[in-house]
Amino acid sequence: MSGRHTLILRQSFLPVLTVAAVLLVVWYAAAIKMNATWTYDQAARAGTQPSFSEVVSDTMQQDRPLLPVPHQVASELWKTTVLKKITSKRSMIYQGTITLKTTLWGFALGIVVGVSMAAIIVLSRVGRLSLMPWAIISQTIPIVALAPMIVILSNAAGAGSLLVPKAIIAAYLSFFPVMVSMVKGLTSPDHMQLDLLRTYGAKKSAVFWKLRVPASMPYFFASLKVSVAAAFVGAVVGELSTSAISGLGARMLIGSQFGEPMIMWAALFAAAILAALLIFTVGAIEKILRRTMGGQPV
Amino acid sequence: MRRVDTEFERIVYPVGFGLLVLVLWEGIVRMFHISPALLPPPTAIGAAIFRSLPILWEDWVQTVVKGALNGLWMGSFAGIAVALVIDRYEFLKRGLLPVANFFAALPIVGLAPIMVMWFGFDWHSKAAVVAIMVFFPMLVNTLGGLSATDAMQRDLMRTYAAGHGATLLKLRVPAALPFVFNGLKIATTLALIGAIVAEYFGSPIRGMGFRITTEMGRLATDMVWAEITISALTGTALYGLVAFIEKRVTFWHPSQRG
Repeated sequence: MSGRHTLILRQSFLPVLTVAAVLLVVWYAAAIKMNATWTYDQAARAGTQPSFSEVVSDTMQQDRPLLPVPHQVASELWKTTVLKKITSKRSMIYQGTITLKTTLWGFALGIVVGVSMAAIIVLSRVGRLSLMPWAIISQTIPIVALAPMIVILSNAAGAGSLLVPKAIIAAYLSFFPVMVSMVKGLTSPDHMQLDLLRTYGAKKSAVFWKLRVPASMPYFFASLKVSVAAAFVGAVVGELSTSAISGLGARMLIGSQFGEPMIMWAALFAAAILAALLIFTVGAIEKILRRTMGGQPV
Repeated sequence: MRRVDTEFERIVYPVGFGLLVLVLWEGIVRMFHISPALLPPPTAIGAAIFRSLPILWEDWVQTVVKGALNGLWMGSFAGIAVALVIDRYEFLKRGLLPVANFFAALPIVGLAPIMVMWFGFDWHSKAAVVAIMVFFPMLVNTLGGLSATDAMQRDLMRTYAAGHGATLLKLRVPAALPFVFNGLKIATTLALIGAIVAEYFGSPIRGMGFRITTEMGRLATDMVWAEITISALTGTALYGLVAFIEKRVTFWHPSQRG
């Protein structure tokens, strides 16, 4: 497995770098073009005629650019992560941990709900017939519309903080991949295996615990990466739509309300980095667990 | 061993389950005298829908038709077109696929405030958010679909002396269609989420996201639930429409022959 993996990694290393480099160049060009209007406006007001190099250098250091250049975003990220104290509200690490907490609670809740729904669907005919269509419909409903109601109802139910409704929103998006994979996994044993257990006189519960559950494990792990990404998107959407005051999504809202584009961009990139870390971590845990449980390498 | 589900059962059970939830909801709200500002009973929501049909229609046109659908077709076409281009060059495919896969997992919805800053409060900014959100899943799914043919099939086309164009048109695009439709199903849901969230960052005085926030502020919860109902129906209908077209177009695919 690792041999094939490194081969793919090596083969795609150069192309990925090239694509990233091209994206950066396009970004710089777009930033110069979009921010130049403001530069020319300022110059016209001052009655000066800026040279091309002056325009270019000005487009890269505006306070409120339409599109900040990459190194501006990088320096803003550096300022708000390394140079700020972690306890500061302006620290992206502080805000990130709040989003991370929401994501992990939502992810955990999503796994529990997804696995139990899959168990009901596989074990009971009535459950399958009545739950499965609604599970699909639930994913076609835009969760953001429901978000304010989830806040109100969880408040009324006695939840003290916004963490509960945000985690519910994250779970709403993340249970589905787990459920679909688990249904597939729990029904993956074929007739031969089921028949063998019948010849042992195994009860339905024994078939479930000794055959279906072990057989479903690869499917379960395969769904986790998708599910954690969904939980993270859900956490950010939750922060955007519950008017939260902390978390990366809330920083984006604040940046938008106070006309501070740099905050928005820094929060956006902090979110991207955090998402990458989460997916990578879950992937690594999945690999370790699968190896210790003696699963077949895929 | 297992009984086969009849068409009748496949309809009655889910509908029955839905009705049961509605009846329980109505009963609980009435029994425990829950304030309508907290949770209105389904009958009140129904009444709100019929009372304010013109407003709901106006919001629906603003958010769904102008924002979501415009963004949806722009993003989908762009995604499919870029996939077709990338597919020709192995180097681009190797470089862009991991990047696109990564972007597809990001909370792109966070771009909403920036798009509102760039394109203004009206539906253009909403369509822009939706187009970007939809672009990456469409790209990834189409690319996946285009490589879904096996070597035997491609060899057969080669023995027919078919060039890149003919192979693409007659073999690889049809084979990619199920994947493209999968992408579209994901995209319809994302489109509604994007269009509604973008309205939280500024909108004209109509639109579903706008209405939800303002009615929320007035504690007119029945109106909020009316918008939720409409958005849920829209999401399900869009998904159903894609599934219906898929059935018509890819009738030959094993997954459709059941």
